[in-house]
Amino acid sequence: MGQTLIARRAPLASSRSQLEVLARPGPWPRFEERVAAAGLVPLTASGIEIFQINVGKFCNQTCRHCHVDAGPERTEQMTRETAEHCIRALAQTDIPTLDITGGAPELNPSFRWLVQEARALGRHVMDRCNLSILLVKPQEELAEFLAEQRVEIVASLPYFRPTQADAQRGEGIFDKSITALRKLNALGYGVEGSGLTLNLVHNPVGAFLPPAQQSIEAQFKRELARSHGIVFNNLYTITNMPISRFLEFLLDSGNFEGYMERLANAFNPAAAQAVMCRNTISVGWDGTLYDCDFNQMLELPVTNGLPRHVRDFDASTLNGRRIVTANHCYGCTAGAGSSCGGAVA
Amino acid sequence: MDTYYHPHDLGKFADMGKSNTELWDKFMAYYGAVFAEGALTAREKALIALGVSHAVQCPYCIDAYTQASLEQGSNIQEMTEAVHVACAIRGGASLVHGVQMRNVAEKLSM
Repeated sequence: MGQTLIARRAPLASSRSQLEVLARPGPWPRFEERVAAAGLVPLTASGIEIFQINVGKFCNQTCRHCHVDAGPERTEQMTRETAEHCIRALAQTDIPTLDITGGAPELNPSFRWLVQEARALGRHVMDRCNLSILLVKPQEELAEFLAEQRVEIVASLPYFRPTQADAQRGEGIFDKSITALRKLNALGYGVEGSGLTLNLVHNPVGAFLPPAQQSIEAQFKRELARSHGIVFNNLYTITNMPISRFLEFLLDSGNFEGYMERLANAFNPAAAQAVMCRNTISVGWDGTLYDCDFNQMLELPVTNGLPRHVRDFDASTLNGRRIVTANHCYGCTAGAGSSCGGAVA
Repeated sequence: MDTYYHPHDLGKFADMGKSNTELWDKFMAYYGAVFAEGALTAREKALIALGVSHAVQCPYCIDAYTQASLEQGSNIQEMTEAVHVACAIRGGASLVHGVQMRNVAEKLSM
């Protein structure tokens, strides 16, 4: 697998370069115009149900589609001080869910502390896990820790066959993922009646939209059970966002225009109404507040005089905020829609 | 390079409705119904369409149903098998006409 954009000093490592590419005129209207035509402006938040923290860009993998440009050479990590601000913000609200992502979020030294503090507050905690991290030393006991804390695991597995999964996530990652899934199943994760939730995430391995969630979930369940004896709860389909390393792939492979056109032609007003940014607040590794993890990577923080840092978190002003959008937002509104919890429409 | 088929021309397919809207609308209603989930899944229908696209050698259909098959969750191994099904039927159709050849040869020969 290649290095990160930053390590390669690729122009697209800069969020400004990405936004310039996304703003290129094409045979599709600007996202704002499309949303206005559907009568959905201004797109505003409807409250905060999910407090999502991206604890850093450090990761043991360098997946080709990664919207974070995460990898082993990234050093950005949330400090304990910022993590404490996050827990204080969570404590002053009744937001029910803490969603922890990265990079490989488990590699942040404050990860376990965040989980324990949020659980002590009685909040539901989700870990966006790349699976292979469960096998990396000294993380061998990580799966047991997650089970003890009753953390919901949302694990990336783009496909039930190694060729496709490894093409996206790196040579040998499929086999490691299967080993990790067996370990999670052995702990009760994904097993009916255990109360330990194991959800998988499917991203298309290329420049096309994901299948109907229900249909591909049935395929995954059948194939993983038959070939590997693995069980899980739900499969979430997530559309690849045309930013960062996936944007590089689109440009290098001559698929950028076709993909943007595909997303724009599949614009679904029902999906636009249910986009995740409307019920999520996203906190960056340095504490900056964003509408979603994608805006975070494009360095588009919340605007209109709202508190920009988690230390100044104020749910009452953020609840009905106006969402910051650009053409990448077509990724969440195409077809059945896409969110960290899968299809939305 | 100029070619007889241009991939972007697929986007002009709906222009076929301009000179006879009624027939176009009927065709599209039928087309949509054919590809809806039924006794066969939408994924299975896309794979059949991919095989037929190769049998009729329609470049627009190959583009459209390669993408559709991927978007229905099919993989390259399944799609390759669908093309082989088309190939086997086309090849078999030629070969089975060897029976006609043999019938005629038998009649003509001493």
